[in-house]
Amino acid sequence: MTLTGRQKLQAMILPIVLLAAAEIGLRLGDVKSDSVAPPSSVVNALLEALFDGSMLLATRDTLISALAGLFAGAAIGLLFGLLLGLVELANQLLEVTIETIRPIPSIALLPVALIAFGFGYRMEFMVVAYSCIWSLLIMTRAAIRGIEPRLLEVSRVLCLTPMQQIVKIVVPASLPRIFVAFRLAVAVSLIVSVTVEIALNPMGLGYGIMQSQQALRPDLMLAYLVWIGLLGFTLNGLLLAAQKHLFGPAAIVEDIR
Amino acid sequence: MKKRNRIDILLRRGASFLVLVGLIAAWQLIVDMRLVSEVFLPGPDRAWAALRRGLSEGNLSAKIAGTLQHMAFGWLLASLVGIALGSVIGSSRFARIFVAPTLELLRPLPVSAIIPVAIAAFGLTTQMGISVIAFGALWPMLLATIHGFSAVEPRLYEVARVFGLSRMAVIFKIALPSALADILAGMRLSLTTSLVLSVVCEILAGLDGLGHWLLLSARSFRSADLFAGVILLGAIGYASAMGMAFAERRLLIWRDAAR
Repeated sequence: MTLTGRQKLQAMILPIVLLAAAEIGLRLGDVKSDSVAPPSSVVNALLEALFDGSMLLATRDTLISALAGLFAGAAIGLLFGLLLGLVELANQLLEVTIETIRPIPSIALLPVALIAFGFGYRMEFMVVAYSCIWSLLIMTRAAIRGIEPRLLEVSRVLCLTPMQQIVKIVVPASLPRIFVAFRLAVAVSLIVSVTVEIALNPMGLGYGIMQSQQALRPDLMLAYLVWIGLLGFTLNGLLLAAQKHLFGPAAIVEDIR
Repeated sequence: MKKRNRIDILLRRGASFLVLVGLIAAWQLIVDMRLVSEVFLPGPDRAWAALRRGLSEGNLSAKIAGTLQHMAFGWLLASLVGIALGSVIGSSRFARIFVAPTLELLRPLPVSAIIPVAIAAFGLTTQMGISVIAFGALWPMLLATIHGFSAVEPRLYEVARVFGLSRMAVIFKIALPSALADILAGMRLSLTTSLVLSVVCEILAGLDGLGHWLLLSARSFRSADLFAGVILLGAIGYASAMGMAFAERRLLIWRDAAR
């Protein structure tokens, strides 16, 4: 959805009004709370945590495990997606196995990763990688199935070898949808790593937000929340821009719902 | 011809099933040959035994009931609020212009980040769990309902105007049925979200459920019990997805028939 200038202005009204109302209400009412803080003190806490480096350090820890897990999981998912999309026999043989493993929520593997790897980057990496496999696998397989059959006929007429067929026809034709899958996987990786940190792993942004809650610092807690939101928003925005730039109109495919 | 097809499908399904059995046998073999320490990876035999023991002697069935309860309460609450709020926003041009962009803006926020805020507000209680689950499951349904309402064939709205239908009548007779496919897709998505969030909240707040069971098993290195819990969570995920797919097929039958 692209907004015109006027629509953008209209869209800004509600958040601004809400923030102003929260500020005025909390200041005038002199509310002492463990869960809410006026927006101005949240901004203050955010700036403070950014400048003393603690939030940047936490961001680095979260991003390292999120991105490492993302790339490992995405690579595995892509390979399996290619295999299952291209080789119908493999797809049929592995169908039951995939249907059995896929419904296991990634967070259920968290305690398993905990006893296998202990706290730290590695266990977070494993859980993120597992959760990123699926969107790539499912959407790559669907993208290859959705390739215009005539393209494959052309490749047969041209007597391309299977390798040439993959490199010259299959990958370029399915790349836009694979990129969409990757964009969704990026969002998943951030969500999962923050969740892992909130639930168990003592590092990164999720741990930071838990700690500030336990320290009864609602301003810092909400600052972390805002920062995590900004991070997700920025990553998604960058990838959307890249998608439009790289693929143009070819990238207008529906997000999986 | 048709009969042969069915036999063919059955054969393929059987072969696919055999692959799964083979993989489980390989898992057993790896454990029996002690390639991986049993502390981390128990064999399928021990996981299965732990599952049966937990169900017959332990309190595993109570834990399952707990998780299902958290999931169902949160999800139903989110469905009610999401569809109601989505209908109000989706059916009003004013709200679509002024409110919907703010909701879109909040969408990329990782939902689990709201957990500490909920803990600060409610403490480590069941209310906290339910409100987090409901909040997380709300988004897919809310946005799907708004999207479904804005994608209704404009001529149907014109028909409604010609008949002079009230806003309520438009919502219930035209918009909701047309948006049903979108809403059900949103409900399917948030079902997964609510399962994940139930487990996270149980781990964090010690609520009675499978998440708590997993955490306790991991802390005392009872890996067989741990895998039993993982298997159960997979089964819940599978069963709920199947149930939802079945409901979708039944509820959308009229749409396929109309085409």
